[in-house]
Amino acid sequence: MTNIALELVNITKKFAHAETNSVTGVSLTINEGDFVTILGTSGSGKTTLLKMVNRIYESTSGDIFFYGENIKKLKVEDYRRKIGYVIQQIGLFPHMTVEQNIATVPKILHWNKEKINARVDELLKLVGLGDEHYKKRYPKQLSGGQQQRIGLARAMAADPQLMLMDEPFGAIDAITRQNLQDELINIQKKLNKTILFVTHDINEAFKLGDKIIIMDKGEVQQFDTPYNILFHPANDFVKQLIETENIINRLKVLRVENFVQPLTQPTKLADGVIHNDKFLDDVLAKFFETGKKRLVVIDDQEEPIGEISWDQFIQLKKIQDNVVRLDVQKKNIRRVNDHD
Amino acid sequence: MIHLMLDYLSKNFNVYLNALLTHIGISLIVMLIGIVIAIPFGVVCAKYVKLSESILGLFNLLRLIPSLAVLIVLMPVLGTGLVPAVIALTFLAFPAILINTCIGFTGINPSVIEAAKGMGMSKQRILFTIEFPLAFPMIITGIRTAAVEVIASATLAAYIGSGGLGDLIIIGLSLPSTAILLVGGLSVAILSIITDVILSITQKRLTKFI
Ligand SMILES: Nc1ncnc2c1ncn2[C@@H]1O[C@H](COP(=O)(O)OP(=O)(O)OP(=O)(O)O)[C@@H](O)[C@H]1O
Ligand SMILES: [Mg+2]
Repeated sequence: MTNIALELVNITKKFAHAETNSVTGVSLTINEGDFVTILGTSGSGKTTLLKMVNRIYESTSGDIFFYGENIKKLKVEDYRRKIGYVIQQIGLFPHMTVEQNIATVPKILHWNKEKINARVDELLKLVGLGDEHYKKRYPKQLSGGQQQRIGLARAMAADPQLMLMDEPFGAIDAITRQNLQDELINIQKKLNKTILFVTHDINEAFKLGDKIIIMDKGEVQQFDTPYNILFHPANDFVKQLIETENIINRLKVLRVENFVQPLTQPTKLADGVIHNDKFLDDVLAKFFETGKKRLVVIDDQEEPIGEISWDQFIQLKKIQDNVVRLDVQKKNIRRVNDHD
Repeated sequence: MIHLMLDYLSKNFNVYLNALLTHIGISLIVMLIGIVIAIPFGVVCAKYVKLSESILGLFNLLRLIPSLAVLIVLMPVLGTGLVPAVIALTFLAFPAILINTCIGFTGINPSVIEAAKGMGMSKQRILFTIEFPLAFPMIITGIRTAAVEVIASATLAAYIGSGGLGDLIIIGLSLPSTAILLVGGLSVAILSIITDVILSITQKRLTKFI
């Protein structure tokens, strides 16, 4: 059974002297291992919501529970150290080198030098800045996108259980961004991290999120799977938000792994195959290419893990109740925690 | 003239050395006291925004009062000698350091502090490992300004009997001897320049990140 990592109960925030609430009556339950993206227009309260989770802001009313404990009762510094927070403005320490920036939390936690160095190298490689010379640079000697990546590395340094990410890829070019998105999905799967990820970019929200929170005017409009948001929008606001996307574009953001069915027959060499990290538009293309009525879904190790059939595919709208969430990967790979 | 100056120096080297060391000593003590008192006030000032405006205004006004006036105003209260001179000069060192500390702290990008908080750093840790280093360029600018001011004004403090290079100037004026006057005056000037250069090198060393 899954643990509830984070529970927000009727959270409201009204800033002093503000006329209206910035966040109103938000209740959410987020399971451990969920990758939740938060999508909303500017000023809809996304940052305010994240900051309340981190206790940078205290909520005006309502409660937040972290693994069942009310966060108001926890020692605020200890609590925050369990959370990796990538703030919207990056906020690197200008007087510290890249290396020192990343090592901030490990140092507070008294890791030894070798462990810190190894971790810094690992993270720099992960965010694509593995070249030795980046380590000794100061933030002003990096481009905006590079700074953002260091911010990401810094937030992940002590391997926090929960990550709060406020538009972490805003200043990063499309190609690097895709790599980082893929990398983040990977990390999240492998380490079973719980992530709250704010973005303006619909495609990013759909690509990354197991679930998506759509916010407007401080209120949650819909909190649901990408599939349900696309095919069962909760209200006019959500409808409008996704209306701009045609059906092919919608397929582009739905991951194969969310639609895998159990195998109905043994796999054969002649079967068409599709990778589980592909998207439904790839599936459509594959159906056309191969002329087959059934594709075997394979994982990273090329092992068959299920199938998608043409019938299922064209009835997408009807089958949502049968969707099997693929948790195979999460279950099989034991929690890797190399920092204990 | 240089000949006369060297002549004075060779004959009165002990007197000169004594005056020079007293001058440096007074300036150092004053700067130390000034730094120890003014920096914490500057930090407090930066933490309370409402307070900071009035404090900054007050001290900017105080700075306009000439050094000599401060010395003379304080003389009836504090008397003459070394201690009153140090107290009076500390008043002069105070505003520049306090104001610059305050500006240094308030000028820190708030998102940097927020990131630090968000990572679970304690207030103390943020103060010493983030805020101080970032405010340092401004603080040391304040220290430079104050140091130059103190070294110059320490000359005037000789009038209230503190000793120092000011004594040479008083002697030079009363004899009158241009040579002695120049030895005193030039020494003060050179001392100021050396101090400023040393502090500016320190500043550059410690602020590579800007
Ligand atoms: N510290 C604050 N004091 C007063 N009002 C605030 C403060 N922070 C945010 N607000 C207001 O709260 C509302 C929500 O702001 P928030 O920063 O959460 O929006 P956002 O969804 O993150 O927007 P963006 O996408 O532009 O980052 C806005 O109307 C904003 O003006
Ligand atoms: Mg925001």
